[in-house]
Amino acid sequence: MALVTLLCRCGGYFVFSRISPSPRLRMALAHMPGCIFAAYVVPALLTGPAHNWAGAAATLAAMAIFRNLGLSIAAGVAATWIASLA
Amino acid sequence: MTTTIVFTGAALRRGMWRALPLVAGLSPFGFVTGLITERHGLTLLDCMLMNGLVYAGASQLVALANWTHPAPILAAAFAAFVVNMRFALMGPALAPWLAGLSVGKRYAALSILVDHPWALSVTDMRKGGRDVALFVGLSIPLWFGWLISTTVGFLCASTLDLPPHHPLFFGALAAFIALLVPLWRGLSDALPWAVAGIIAILVAQILPHTSWYIVAGALSGCLAGALRDGRRG
Repeated sequence: MALVTLLCRCGGYFVFSRISPSPRLRMALAHMPGCIFAAYVVPALLTGPAHNWAGAAATLAAMAIFRNLGLSIAAGVAATWIASLA
Repeated sequence: MTTTIVFTGAALRRGMWRALPLVAGLSPFGFVTGLITERHGLTLLDCMLMNGLVYAGASQLVALANWTHPAPILAAAFAAFVVNMRFALMGPALAPWLAGLSVGKRYAALSILVDHPWALSVTDMRKGGRDVALFVGLSIPLWFGWLISTTVGFLCASTLDLPPHHPLFFGALAAFIALLVPLWRGLSDALPWAVAGIIAILVAQILPHTSWYIVAGALSGCLAGALRDGRRG
């Protein structure tokens, strides 16, 4: 895992310093981060416990408002906790 | 290159100072990652090595979700590749600054690249900043902070003995969900993300207990986005 991740970090830089991706490739790749996260999050929410949805909503709201990762995670966990008690 | 990149002690210290809230923010995620690592039967040494060397919580959690003993090297490497692929694009974005470091230091700096220091550095760079020490100052404390919080989480796991669906574990998922917000570029992202999510669900049904659904979802989403962009432009 370490090797692959290291290769991602360094290899990507190395490759892009040598080649110039076409504008279309660049645009396609620009979708990647959001799509990866979406692909991970959606199934996780669907297969997880119901109280996670409350957490998801709280996390999104907190992040949209405060733009603070730590705070948003805390808000999400708190909301999940409260929902799990209901 | 018209601008010379510098490396100053002042920027290094400024970076380290600004890294402190990042460390505080990431620590809960680190704690949960350490916790989850222990619950999957890895040893303390495994945990410290994974977090020190891989240093990419999101991919570690994905790999752990389908962990087996002996370690699933191919599956884990794949998870690392898919989830951490974004680093391959983030590095080049910082190229102007990295050019100011010697080759050895440049790749050393790249080896601890993660989202927040990168985002802050790119922002500074776009505003005309030329001091790569900021990136280094931001990155190093975060690495240490991560190693510490994951180790603490690991050590607390057996004392806490939480049931599998405990709300605290949501912290890991929350990190991903939260990171979706800055990634959102507007309504045009709705289609690719929806496609990614739907394909991911389908593939997860067809191939359970593997991480293929992430690759499938991500690639489908990208394809959908690219096709739609092509039709517009």
